[in-house]
Amino acid sequence: MNTKFTTDTKLESEIAYFENINLKLESGDIIDSFKLAFKTYGKLNTDKTNAILVCHALTGDQYVAGNNPITGREGWWSRMVGPNKPIDTNKFFVICSNVLGGCAGSTGPKELQNGSDVAYGGNFPSVTIKDMVKAQCLLIESLNIEKLFSVIGGSMGAMQALQWAIDFPDKILNIIHIAGALKHSAQNIAFHEVGRQAIMSDPIWKNGKYFENNEVPERGLSVARMIAHITYLSEDAMHRKFGRKLQSRDIISFGFDADFQVESYLRYQGKSFVERFDANSYLYLTRAMDYFDHDETFKKNIEFSHNPNNHIKYLIVSFTSDWLFPTIESKMIVNQLNSLSREVSFLEIDTDKGHDSFLLEEPQLDDVIKGFLTNNFAKIDE
Amino acid sequence: MNKINSIRKDWSLIETLIAQDRKILDIGCGDGGLMEQLENNRNAITHGIELNRDLAANAIARGFNVVHGNAELDLSQYSNNSFDYVILSQTLQAMMKPKDILSELLRIGSKAIVSFPNFGHWKIRLQLLISGKMPVTESLPYTWYDTPNIHFFTIKDFLNLCNEMNIVIEKSIGLTSKGKQFDISESVTGVNFFTHEAIFLLSYKSFEPIKIKSSKKVFAKNSVIAN
Repeated sequence: MNTKFTTDTKLESEIAYFENINLKLESGDIIDSFKLAFKTYGKLNTDKTNAILVCHALTGDQYVAGNNPITGREGWWSRMVGPNKPIDTNKFFVICSNVLGGCAGSTGPKELQNGSDVAYGGNFPSVTIKDMVKAQCLLIESLNIEKLFSVIGGSMGAMQALQWAIDFPDKILNIIHIAGALKHSAQNIAFHEVGRQAIMSDPIWKNGKYFENNEVPERGLSVARMIAHITYLSEDAMHRKFGRKLQSRDIISFGFDADFQVESYLRYQGKSFVERFDANSYLYLTRAMDYFDHDETFKKNIEFSHNPNNHIKYLIVSFTSDWLFPTIESKMIVNQLNSLSREVSFLEIDTDKGHDSFLLEEPQLDDVIKGFLTNNFAKIDE
Repeated sequence: MNKINSIRKDWSLIETLIAQDRKILDIGCGDGGLMEQLENNRNAITHGIELNRDLAANAIARGFNVVHGNAELDLSQYSNNSFDYVILSQTLQAMMKPKDILSELLRIGSKAIVSFPNFGHWKIRLQLLISGKMPVTESLPYTWYDTPNIHFFTIKDFLNLCNEMNIVIEKSIGLTSKGKQFDISESVTGVNFFTHEAIFLLSYKSFEPIKIKSSKKVFAKNSVIAN
């Protein structure tokens, strides 16, 4: 495999180019060439046993830690990944790549079509979680890493981690699966659909060709983000954070201004999202999550896989207040693994912070991730 | 004996009942203390279930395979005979349906190890007889309104249940309140009086395989004959 690597100084990322590779997607479409933008943290040891792949969630990117040049803020999991952090980069070599279909430097709808000067837009082929993982696996191979010590992810990242266990079990030793599920539920598909409709009904979207006039369907995309953001929180957390408190005023306006703090907060979330995320990418990636379904197939896949997968250790974590990926969904995975006597650990963390808990301050999450990685690494190091 | 010493003693006796290199499920595994001991001393492959969130988190952080969950709801997900031993230490009396749990232990494990405080101990009998109030002792230290222990039973009760369920007692160890160890023999009366805590190694009665002859092949099946 001929993989070309360059550094994009503006994106502060490494870019891996896979040329004429004819990546066959689950849909049957073929991408002849593609690129992945990725970041690495820490050092690969001489035996190459300490590599960890972190998979990002729907609106995440390769900037796990350190500076994110797109937002000018810290990476999305900088509280988890770094020197002496739970995923300790003094000990582990951490890789994170922007998913296929993303918009932070990897091939996706906003990138130019191969051999042309027009962006893909709505011509980008439909990608699935399986396709993202297939692309990640090519990246790992081109980095000459035979086996990943761990694949870690929350939400859409958890879907990818599970997909790794199904598709490339002989290339991983364990997975940490946080706030995920075997399938995207009907309710979750429904919320995604509302988000997509908001984008597509924005007149500026123009069947995905908004970039031709250098425009962005800001209204639609920010509404999509506002809806989604509600699903990442919980009623308790919203009440604790905002209650019915008013924003910059003492009395209600009897109008449709952002009277309430919660409104103002959501508007801000929507507005800042538009600055960093591509609307078409949002359509494609939400669709990829919707198509994720291992409800019937997961057990069969790992029970009768032609690749050995008995050795994989699973850490499954859920949060009490997560109603997007509730504990019952995680327990279904645990249930199926237990029925096959696999090595699985499961913890439901008590918090009111909802689905987003995995990105926030949760000491118990830090403890189990750190302990799970450290102790299991010590076992292979013996 | 205080509670910690009593648990340690319990663990070391459980260890004597377990062979090398076996696969074990510890129900109510706490932070993985017994699992650690059995991994170190018996080279066991261990799995655990723990109801308490903080203890489960500790056990996972210590590197053990532990599922945070409720044994009474979650045991059904394990397949038949998926473990060599299933351990239920000092918990049977806190279960909603002890009989169902007992049959679950022997469905998912070839053998089960069960330990419990004996409600037939003379101190308990004496307390109830003299004070007329629910006994509070070292091994059952809770008041009646604040106890996790909802099914009290004696060694005699347990032996009767095992008999009724066709469960074989392979080994049994009794401990006096002073920590003295002895085999629980057939003479149940005295034993039931002096045993403070009891540990049993259980399995199902094994039956001769029934051979069914067809014209070409011989099929063998291990079959359980009811009574």
